Amino acid sequence: MLAVASFCDWLAQTPISLLIQTVDWIIPAVQSVHIMAIAVVMSSAVLIDLRLLRLAGADQPISAVARRFLPWIWCALVVLLVSGSLLIMGEPRRDLLNPVFIAKMALLAATILMTVLFQLKLSRNMIAWDAAAGRNPVPVVFAIASIAFWVAVLACGRWIAYVAHG
Amino acid sequence: MLLPIAQWLQNTGVARYIAGSEWAFPTIETVHVLFLVMVVGSITVVDLRLLGLASAHRRISRVSGDVLPLTWFSFAMALVSGLLLLSSRAVAYLADWPFRIKMALLLMAGLNMATFHLVTYRRIGVWDEARRPPAAARLAGAFSLAFWAGIVVFGRWIGFTVQ
Repeated sequence: MLAVASFCDWLAQTPISLLIQTVDWIIPAVQSVHIMAIAVVMSSAVLIDLRLLRLAGADQPISAVARRFLPWIWCALVVLLVSGSLLIMGEPRRDLLNPVFIAKMALLAATILMTVLFQLKLSRNMIAWDAAAGRNPVPVVFAIASIAFWVAVLACGRWIAYVAHG
Repeated sequence: MLLPIAQWLQNTGVARYIAGSEWAFPTIETVHVLFLVMVVGSITVVDLRLLGLASAHRRISRVSGDVLPLTWFSFAMALVSGLLLLSSRAVAYLADWPFRIKMALLLMAGLNMATFHLVTYRRIGVWDEARRPPAAARLAGAFSLAFWAGIVVFGRWIGFTVQ
């Protein structure tokens, strides 16, 4: 904890951090970009999950829906990494010494892992999932878990502002 | 003239509860953020299709059919949560200029959507499979993206300016 606190204090003195701290509009602007990228990630994930649950796009194979939306998830995650890093750099203690932020990162890691596993499954094949059409619990469980995890990450993200940090 | 309504609104039992509770506002706000990102993200899928920039191989009517139920549900949830948030400090929000701009942009987005569905969409049979739909459809998509981006920006700004 002490090492993290020292790192935060060092980070807060760097030129980029001072710039973000002093120019009023940077944080709202970066947060807006962050939110727009969240919109892309969440919608893409949910649309894949709705297909897995056979609630939308059931006229196409799962692989078709996954191939359309997975690239958007990865690209948006890159934007989230960059914008998120800028937000951390601007207010290091607010994030790095905040239990809610730590929880968000843990949940995010788990969610990204799930997405990677799904992507790997896609590259092998999804024919079995398509053929099973409602009788296989795995895609259904995955879809529900996926939505739950993404929502949890988002909720933690919003609550950072409301929980006291170190 | 909206001021008396705002004053009445923030004096209702629900509004007072939200204003007085430590957890109610953040929780409702989280719900609001969840559903607004779903609205923005799902509309972006349709808008990019209208601009011929994504899913161009898939019929516009199919893309909308897949996505719009999600959009409408999310919009309803965002609207209800938004009204609850607004009610807790209605007078302050009404006076906040990013809030006003956000409301104006919501209206513009709604008008754009109504025009598209009631007018432009009538001739969908002709260009449903087109990779690049006619100008009216492309404009609807472009305006939609612009309005919703604005709604996100000014919506975020409210948190920094409201008294």
